Amino acid sequence: MTRPAIRPVVSAPGGWPHKTPAVRVNNFTRRFGATTVLDGLDLEITQGEFVALLGRSGSGKTTLLRTLAGLDTADGQDVAVPSARAVVFQEPRLLPWKRVWRNVALGLAGGDARRRAEAALAEVGLSHRIDVWPATLSGGEAQRAALARALVREPRLLLLDEPFAALDALTRLKMHDLVLNLWGAHAPAVLIVTHDVDEAISLADRVLVLDGGRIAAEERIDLPRPRDGGAGFQAIRRRLLGHLGVEVSAPAPRAASDTPLVNFPVRETAP
Amino acid sequence: MTLVDTVRFPATFTGVRWSGAGRRWISPLVLLALWEVGARTGVIPPRVLAAPSAVAGTFWGLVQSGELASNLIVSFFRVAAGLAIGVAVGSALALTAGLSRLGEDVVDPPIQMLRTLPVLALSPLFIVWFGIDETPKVALIALAVVFPIYLNLFNGVRAVDPKLVEAARSFGLSGWSLIRQVILPGALPSFLLGLRFALAVAVLVLVVAEQINAQAGLGYLINNARDFMRTDIIVVCLVIYALLGLGADGLVRAIEGRAVAWRPNFLKS
Repeated sequence: MTRPAIRPVVSAPGGWPHKTPAVRVNNFTRRFGATTVLDGLDLEITQGEFVALLGRSGSGKTTLLRTLAGLDTADGQDVAVPSARAVVFQEPRLLPWKRVWRNVALGLAGGDARRRAEAALAEVGLSHRIDVWPATLSGGEAQRAALARALVREPRLLLLDEPFAALDALTRLKMHDLVLNLWGAHAPAVLIVTHDVDEAISLADRVLVLDGGRIAAEERIDLPRPRDGGAGFQAIRRRLLGHLGVEVSAPAPRAASDTPLVNFPVRETAP
Repeated sequence: MTLVDTVRFPATFTGVRWSGAGRRWISPLVLLALWEVGARTGVIPPRVLAAPSAVAGTFWGLVQSGELASNLIVSFFRVAAGLAIGVAVGSALALTAGLSRLGEDVVDPPIQMLRTLPVLALSPLFIVWFGIDETPKVALIALAVVFPIYLNLFNGVRAVDPKLVEAARSFGLSGWSLIRQVILPGALPSFLLGLRFALAVAVLVLVVAEQINAQAGLGYLINNARDFMRTDIIVVCLVIYALLGLGADGLVRAIEGRAVAWRPNFLKS
């Protein structure tokens, strides 16, 4: 069994010991009927590393994330993930019949659930919305509550499934900052599935491109944060778009990095 | 021209709205007055329909004698007992079928077959089985209540957003905690809808069930009145039945307002 060497973490905060990876997937295959979605996939994510996963619609990004989340069967294949992991989905998926703090505290054991939920909500800037019904939250607020619900579990692995795809561009930028801050404070390993190349480059230490059921390409992003879309950014962007089969003829003049030129369809054809 | 239109339109519009609420009372009151006049002048004989004033007087007499209250209580307990049994049985069956495929395969086919039966047609059979005292009346109401509760709650359980269930699972909920925190609250609006249908059908079946050799209750009062051609008492009982239906509906609405306060349409108000 060939195992890829453990890569050094470039810019992970918090100083995790880098000896054991947070995620290790070896030769993983997943089929739905006759369709092979993931085909001998290898993946390793270091402790505290921020990884973005790009791919065309139907490339299996979400399947991979669901496998790591334990929502999809691994069939006894070699998939190692930490037990403390949490998912933020594309939709907030808050239970409408539970007030915001109870949603955050969902499934928490112990008498200090309220206090922990309050602390997590304070971290995402929702202290003033603790006791309201989820239906009264705006889209951005609901997604921040979903982030708090993931954070309160102190995950070693945070899985983000296109979490900002449904938000407007301004809110999305704020969420990027928030996620980076939370990552800095808690240092979980993060895997974000996204269709937005600019989002991937802005956030991640490493961007993976999923194609043909495997990790087809990989870009390490060594740019200092915040990443403002300079020349280095554009070069990575062109390479990643190339991996995704999109030719960019000329570097388009762009005012800010928050307006993605290329958007893949938001929803995958979920198997 | 345009100017005139824009000035006049709002004026007419508010005029309509101003009189709208009061105007809707005019035609019922006119009908009531015609009924009264018709009865007094002898156009409507008392054995066809008693005058509204006579009905009101009879109502007051029945209230004062305590006759109405005592019979109403008997009817009320028949509905309450039938509802309690029917809601309990219907809910148990719906949860059995809703929460497991095996339960659905066992429970759903017979229920779907039985629900095509008109419940009232079973009353002769129930009389043979249970006699002519309280049991067949309560049993008929209970049976009629089972179906709307079952159908709506079963649907509600199955219609709970699978994405919410999946999210709850990913946060460590399973088994009873998943049912209690996600599936039951998610199915609650459907259950309350079923409860509204159930209350309506319970009052309906009560009317017929009380025709079975009743010694007390609203149905007994009506049957007695029929024998003596007392249309005034019959109308009083009809009004009471209508009020029972209205009251039952108001009760469920009140429960809804508290139990599903989280729904967006309740939050607006």
